[in-house]
Amino acid sequence: MSKYKVNLKINNIPISVDEGTTILEAARKLNFNIPTLCHHDDLCVAGNCRVCVVEQKGARLLTASCATPVSEGMEILTNSMKVRQARKHIVELLLAEHNADCTKCFKNGSCELQDISNEYRIGTHVFLDLVKEKDKIQDISSPSIVKDDSKCIRCQRCVRTCSQLQAVSALAVTRKGNHMRVSTFLDKPMNDVVCTNCGQCINRCPTAALTERSYIDQVFDVIYDPSKFVVVQTAPATRVAIGEEFGLEPGTRVTGKMVAALRRLGFDKVLDTDFTADLTIIEEGNELLSRLKQALVDGKEVALPMMTSCSPGWIKFQEHLYPEFLGNLSTCKSPQQMFGPLAKTYYAEKVNKNPADMIVVSIMPCTAKKFEAERPEMRGSGYKDVDFVLTTREMGMMIRQAGIDFNKLQPEGYDRILGESTGAAVIFGATGGVMEAALRSAYEIVTGREVPFGNLNIKPVRGMEGVKEAAIKIKDVKPEWKFLEGVELKVAIAHGLANAKVLMDRVKEGKADFHFIEVMACPSGCIGGGGQPIPTNMEIRKKRASGIYDEDEQMVIRKSHENPEVIELYDKFLHEPLGHRSHDLLHTHYYPRKRH
Amino acid sequence: MENKIKKVDLIFEKVDQLAILDKSFKRSSDEIILDVIDSGLRGRGGAGFPTGLKWKFARNEESDQKYVICNADEGEPGTFKDREILTQVPEKVLAGMALCGKAIGATEGYIYLRAEYNFLLPMLHEKMREFNQQMKDRNFEFTVFVRSGSGAYVCGEETALMESMEGHRGEPRNKPPFPTQRGYLGKPTSINNVETLVFALMIANYGPQTFKELGTFDSRGSKVFSIAGDTPKAGIYELELGMSLEDFVNEFGDGDTKAVQVGGASGFCVARKHFKETLIGFEGIPTGGSMMLFNSSRSMYNILHDYLEFFEEESCGQCTPCRVGCQQLLKGIEAVKRGNKSPAYLETLQKLSDTMRIASKCGLGQSVGNPFNSIINNFREEIIY
Ligand code: SF4
Ligand code: SF4
Ligand code: SF4
Ligand code: SF4
Repeated sequence: MSKYKVNLKINNIPISVDEGTTILEAARKLNFNIPTLCHHDDLCVAGNCRVCVVEQKGARLLTASCATPVSEGMEILTNSMKVRQARKHIVELLLAEHNADCTKCFKNGSCELQDISNEYRIGTHVFLDLVKEKDKIQDISSPSIVKDDSKCIRCQRCVRTCSQLQAVSALAVTRKGNHMRVSTFLDKPMNDVVCTNCGQCINRCPTAALTERSYIDQVFDVIYDPSKFVVVQTAPATRVAIGEEFGLEPGTRVTGKMVAALRRLGFDKVLDTDFTADLTIIEEGNELLSRLKQALVDGKEVALPMMTSCSPGWIKFQEHLYPEFLGNLSTCKSPQQMFGPLAKTYYAEKVNKNPADMIVVSIMPCTAKKFEAERPEMRGSGYKDVDFVLTTREMGMMIRQAGIDFNKLQPEGYDRILGESTGAAVIFGATGGVMEAALRSAYEIVTGREVPFGNLNIKPVRGMEGVKEAAIKIKDVKPEWKFLEGVELKVAIAHGLANAKVLMDRVKEGKADFHFIEVMACPSGCIGGGGQPIPTNMEIRKKRASGIYDEDEQMVIRKSHENPEVIELYDKFLHEPLGHRSHDLLHTHYYPRKRH
Repeated sequence: MENKIKKVDLIFEKVDQLAILDKSFKRSSDEIILDVIDSGLRGRGGAGFPTGLKWKFARNEESDQKYVICNADEGEPGTFKDREILTQVPEKVLAGMALCGKAIGATEGYIYLRAEYNFLLPMLHEKMREFNQQMKDRNFEFTVFVRSGSGAYVCGEETALMESMEGHRGEPRNKPPFPTQRGYLGKPTSINNVETLVFALMIANYGPQTFKELGTFDSRGSKVFSIAGDTPKAGIYELELGMSLEDFVNEFGDGDTKAVQVGGASGFCVARKHFKETLIGFEGIPTGGSMMLFNSSRSMYNILHDYLEFFEEESCGQCTPCRVGCQQLLKGIEAVKRGNKSPAYLETLQKLSDTMRIASKCGLGQSVGNPFNSIINNFREEIIY
């Protein structure tokens, strides 16, 4: 974009900004805050809620500051009488259409509509109440997502998220006028449509119209049930984000405090999904090597590129939209779902508990994990592998409800076993992390040497670019891997389903000769997951990512195959990767689904 | 009484439109555009943007592709003039589009036809085939296509119309960018109402002077009106602009006219006491063409109620002031009528409609305040009791 400067005045203060800057951005530069609702940094401009209107001298109409670029000589007032009156009216109108029972609302205290109503001290009674009774019936068909139309302010952030960032378009605007609302194909329940449960729409919804299905009460119930042995696992991306729920900077590493808080909450054992992330690398790495061998040595038809399977939103996306490639997905369960059956078999035996009395709770950055845990095939242990999935946000709420002063907690360590992890597992939380972890191990297994990147940091697979590609030449291999001598291993990484679609379309057209593809459903990977603290935007995601990479660098062990507990697990229990037990407990299969 | 209303016949007059085009094609874009600017022609859809300027903006944009759109989505209640123009003189509409194409440098034109007028399609297709061939014969690269709308009122709004043409939901876009900068498929587009295009053609035919001599300083030329309501002379008339409402009512009223709604549902309601001072035109009350006369048998409450029901349904629903505002105005007058709200609530609603006027995203929401405030101001009693 050209960098012409435009001169204007905002509230009589002159400012010079780049051409193309919006009035909203220019005002922020002068530290004038203009309230917004339909605006979100991650999304294209909508300009439809109108709370950001400002007055332009000489113009009859007020201007939506989020949608209007500055122009030379403009004089803007962000808080004139006209603006104040209009803004109040607009918020009053929104509230008239809104079921504002804040005290029992999941978003109470973190709601953008509530914030602006508070700022302007607006009640709901200025205009007539227009909330439709039928809209008060929540859609709880999905195990992941609750849709409450009586809370919807029609800002369409969710619609733009679902189509722009996720290329799913499960949500769309239907009807017009007073009947206009956000809905699904033929108004079907959320669980019956193409929705991937990624929760990205939740992250961008300014109200409680879209929230996660919350299982907090059920989890407290089992915690207080003395007959239950409740273990909790925490995903890699939660530790750099949970601090935000307690006012800390995004990306602050609070792993130890989080463990301490979970222990205070009354979980019997606090364990780490990172452990099974390491395990995933072993199983998945071996699966890749075995597919490559079948292709290169045995000349068999195998599905390549192999695709990662740890992101349940991505799995469902694939099941709906690219069913012809289901064979390319790794058969490995996700780390969450590997953890469940191991906890209820191997671990139960170790701690001498009856798996029937054992409850596995996961803390995930992801709403799709709730759906994943409910999949009928996820009962490898003979029990439901994972009983309850909570988001990072729900964990924050539990900690607050229990009156635990998070910031004052002294760090504590995870319980053993299933609590040991490596740097490789931690980076699962960021886009490219699974790939990096896999390469660290695979390269070393095949060549006996560490990956040829400085300090194990495989920079080409990191960063926020939508689709990343990298290639590693494999040289001087160990004798048993000689079929890989000189092979250039080609990999690609996509995050956010819109980018996944770009990549998949290339694969479909035969224009991608990759061996291995990593896809994460959420923008920036799990750190930007649909269950992470709100708000999220690129800046915040970058901070969380750097928190993740810092944690990796701090770890003593940084390669999955060196995780001593994983080694022990194979010695004593699984015996070998891709073996019989692994197959029963750690691998799964997928189904095609309808497209709407 | 002397008849002060001047009838004109530019729109429906049969002309040799091909001869006009042949003449125009020999001229430069600039010359064509200058004539339209000079004539003072303003868009006949209601908003009244100077047509020549619009063409100039579109002409000045650099682009590999530009479009001409003929907006035949005339949704204003009480308007039916465009249908008549399309029925009577479709050739002139097509020729007007080609003229615009020549002026701005577009090679494709689209007629966006309101769904209710789909019965015109077979005839239009026939005319278009003929016309497209005629353009080919002249080595003038310009092809006309037709697109059928879905009948949403808001699709008369230029950018919503283009969204709809692109296969999206008919929701107005943010402006800027304006259609002349980024219009249909992101390309510079001149979008003109049916009547405007025909007038442009007639200006090319007779020169700007003839047109300029008609009307007033701000409102040049003549305009086609759809006259309806309590009148013995309902129908379509082309009249010189700038007449007073009093003269109009003398000509078309039934002797008992208590109010005239100028400009359809989104226009202003003028009460008898203001007829004399009210001018029809841009210095007075502009109109897309709909004139509805009401005599003393009408309840202004019912009329306002009908309009508000219409807007409550037809708002696209994307922006808050319009979507919720329309519902509040409708439910609000109902509540006052029933006595659930005090009459003073009408003032609250008038303030709200003022906000809708300046804060809504498009012309629809911005104009609801016109009928609302004018009817409440003029007929407050009828609304309350
Ligand atoms: S969504 Fe916000 S405003 Fe609405 S009830 Fe919940 S907290 Fe209150
Ligand atoms: S959860 Fe994801 S796929 Fe489902 S509606 Fe929301 S954004 Fe779309
Ligand atoms: S569900 Fe949320 S994001 Fe979607 S339109 Fe409603 S309020 Fe906006
Ligand atoms: S003013 Fe009405 S019709 Fe126009 S964009 Fe807003 S809601 Fe849609």
